[in-house]
Amino acid sequence: MERIPILRMGDFLLVSIQVDMHDRLALTLQDDLTRQIAETGARGVMIDISALEVVDSFIGRMMSHLSSMARVLDSTTVVVGMQPAVAITLVELGLSFKGVHTALTVEKGVRYLEQASRGSAKGRAHGRRSH
Amino acid sequence: MVVARTELLPIRSESDVVFVRQQVRAWCVELQFSLVDQTKMVTAASELARNTLVHGKGGTVEVQIVEDAERRGLRMLFEDQGPGIPDVDLALKDGYTTGTGMGLGLGGSRRLVHDFSIHSQPGAGTRVSVLRWK
Amino acid sequence: MPATASTEFTETLRKNRESLLSDWAREITTMLSRHKDLIRDPELKAQCSEFIDQLMKATQGGDGTNIQGPAWGPLRDLLGKISASRAVQGFSPSETATFVFSFKKPLFTLLRQELGQDPELLLREIWSANVLLDELGLYTTEIYHKSREHVISRQQQEMLELSTPVVKLFDRVLALPLIGTLDSARTQVVMEALLKEIVVTGSEIAILDITGVPTVDTVVAQHLIKTVTAARLMGAECIISGIRPQIAQTIVHLGISLTDVITKATLADALEIALDRIGYRVVETATKA
Repeated sequence: MERIPILRMGDFLLVSIQVDMHDRLALTLQDDLTRQIAETGARGVMIDISALEVVDSFIGRMMSHLSSMARVLDSTTVVVGMQPAVAITLVELGLSFKGVHTALTVEKGVRYLEQASRGSAKGRAHGRRSH
Repeated sequence: MVVARTELLPIRSESDVVFVRQQVRAWCVELQFSLVDQTKMVTAASELARNTLVHGKGGTVEVQIVEDAERRGLRMLFEDQGPGIPDVDLALKDGYTTGTGMGLGLGGSRRLVHDFSIHSQPGAGTRVSVLRWK
Repeated sequence: MPATASTEFTETLRKNRESLLSDWAREITTMLSRHKDLIRDPELKAQCSEFIDQLMKATQGGDGTNIQGPAWGPLRDLLGKISASRAVQGFSPSETATFVFSFKKPLFTLLRQELGQDPELLLREIWSANVLLDELGLYTTEIYHKSREHVISRQQQEMLELSTPVVKLFDRVLALPLIGTLDSARTQVVMEALLKEIVVTGSEIAILDITGVPTVDTVVAQHLIKTVTAARLMGAECIISGIRPQIAQTIVHLGISLTDVITKATLADALEIALDRIGYRVVETATKA
């Protein structure tokens, strides 16, 4: 079955969505990510949607759920690269993206994840370990 | 209003929903919709196609190029023979607040198009028609 | 049943179609000699020909002479197309309506030929046809005006796009000085321009300055909030500045909630906040003696 590849970037996981996903693929991604966060103890997850030309309520909800589940696992999520047309449409659609942090670019996303995870329990533990 | 061209697409599986998105995108490009308007139409198509599949238990969408004396537009007619929607007004509202209500995305879709109409009765299926002018 | 909806009328048209067609085309060419180069003969003949055909069909369609009825749909659409193309080519409204009105002379001449023996009937038929053609002629003028409006609004749109500059104030800080009324169309353009600049420049903060916006009502406020929300979804923050005291009063009075948005009275204040947000501080350096 096709899967969206999840890359490991240090303490973070990176997903770049390049295809027009059907619903099952999106749910599989959600499951895969959640499992990997738990297995690897990743402190942050970045979802790069710069290639997505359409984000509907299903995908939007998937990302919200993912963010919530990641938070339970003490991990931060950031969604980067939302296209302007997508943002305008999501506002009109009325989709609430509360709880999902966004950043303009991958770099800014990484910076956010580093700041956020430093404050988390994992981050503090990591900090202590490195001394 | 004249129907200049029409295409009937099945909505019986998730990959059909993806195909509907792609086809609607192609028609929007042909009609030279702006990028934002394309995105709105394709997103509305995605919402409504999913409804047709998940709540309507499968159905069809007819995609049409319509024209009147001075403009052209894209119309999509979604139809299913599913269980129908008992309270349409409520469904239209739920789609707005959180997107997690009945998950119908109807209220949201309405804001993405110029004309929107829906006919639905429990036991008699659902028909949704949306239109966006260039 | 009105005279022009009778089968005799349709028969009369059918029998004399060719002569009617050439008389009419000649009439139009004379009246529109100014635009001789714009309408080629074959095209005009085709339009006249189709008009007569559709007229014959419509009068038999069961809607009498009610040109808004469905039986008259195809004829309306034909007139609409002709009208719209005349508008784009630069014909005046009267010149456009001439297409229909010029049909009167050849038609009445024909009716007089066929019905000359019965003055009563002739008068009724001519009157009936006259009313019908007047309505159709006026319809073409309506469509003409709508087409012109469409052209004008498109030109306005293009002007709007040229007049909403997004300015880079500082590294990662954009400013959008809004001037004039903010209606739906304008806000769309503005929103798209701003969001595009945000991506292109990688700016995390955008200052929307509304000093030049005369009134803020709930509609304008909604538009501003939509813009702010869209920017936030992408990962950028907006600050609204230039809120005059009267506007602040109106906002409170109307119960508009701007709690989610940072607002400042002046662009200068907004810039200070923006710089602070992105980690900059303005420091006074030692002055020259």
